[in-house]
Amino acid sequence: MSIHNIYIFDRMGTLLYYMDWNRQKNSGMSKEEEAKLMYGMLFSIKSFVAKISPHDPKRGFLCYKTNKYALHYYESLTGIKFVLNTNTSVKNVRDLLQQLYKDIYVEYVVKNTECEMGQPIVSELFKVKLDQFIKQQVKTLQ
Amino acid sequence: MGIYGVYIVSKSGGLIFNYDYNVPKIETEQTFSYPLDLKLMLENNRLLVSFGQRDNIKVGHVLLAINGIPVAGRKLEDGKDALDMLDDATNYPLNLKFGRPKMTVNEKIFLASMFYPLFAIASQLSPELRSSGIETLEADTFKLQCYQTLTGIKFMVIADPSHAGLEQLLKKIYELYTDYALKNPFYSLEMPIRCELFDTNLQVLLEQADKNGIGAN
Repeated sequence: MSIHNIYIFDRMGTLLYYMDWNRQKNSGMSKEEEAKLMYGMLFSIKSFVAKISPHDPKRGFLCYKTNKYALHYYESLTGIKFVLNTNTSVKNVRDLLQQLYKDIYVEYVVKNTECEMGQPIVSELFKVKLDQFIKQQVKTLQ
Repeated sequence: MGIYGVYIVSKSGGLIFNYDYNVPKIETEQTFSYPLDLKLMLENNRLLVSFGQRDNIKVGHVLLAINGIPVAGRKLEDGKDALDMLDDATNYPLNLKFGRPKMTVNEKIFLASMFYPLFAIASQLSPELRSSGIETLEADTFKLQCYQTLTGIKFMVIADPSHAGLEQLLKKIYELYTDYALKNPFYSLEMPIRCELFDTNLQVLLEQADKNGIGAN
């Protein structure tokens, strides 16, 4: 199992946080540009999924896979979006993302009065905890 | 359970073939009294539920008929305005039919061409080197499997999330395409596929895959 990178967006599409672990390829554009492209793609996928779905969707888009990586998507009801890129064989990433939201984001961002909502996360504590969390997941799942 | 549809998108992103296979019909008819406990909204010339889910009526469903008379856009078939009718308390009780909006051909063409950039961006935003575009896209209600040939044509099938063996199915559809569409002298490349033999063979194949898919589970 390997985790490539994570994007956290708020409901307005602002990139709150980005971190990568082992990323082999850069998209050849700045981080801001890339985040905008990523958000735009997710936004389009969401509306695509809502329209093409044969039944009434509940949670909607979950993940997509290419031959090299898988993108997992979790959106909270408040619109915070977690996007995690892993290799294709990883399972149960949804639980992992939910846990990340509950144990890391809510604990170290929402409960931190210094963190302003809708602004990129600069908290050092959050950064450390997120890094720890992901590394621990990689270890336990191996 | 099963397969919902097949789409073929040409190299330039246009929808050249679409086949709906047992798409479920989601409709509910109920009698309402005044005032209506649903909030309706006019969007894309359709009246859809924007707030207030009840029974089997979900947000996003469109108003299909009032008292059995079909609604087209915001007007009833007999020329009355649907919104005016719903606002008038003297008309109640009313029998309203709601359902999940059916995709029009235009919408399908629009969605097919929308998938094209998504496919390309997914490969561009890849953290790994030399990644392909989207191969499988999963949602809670369906799974989309896409197979791109070396010549750039995309074959997509939409099926139940638990359906297995979609890659093989797509390769078989590709085989049918090469046999019955490409070898047809009246078929020109990049144009919509209208070949009877292709249609019939595809239908047989889908029926087979649907049965085997159920057997495998």
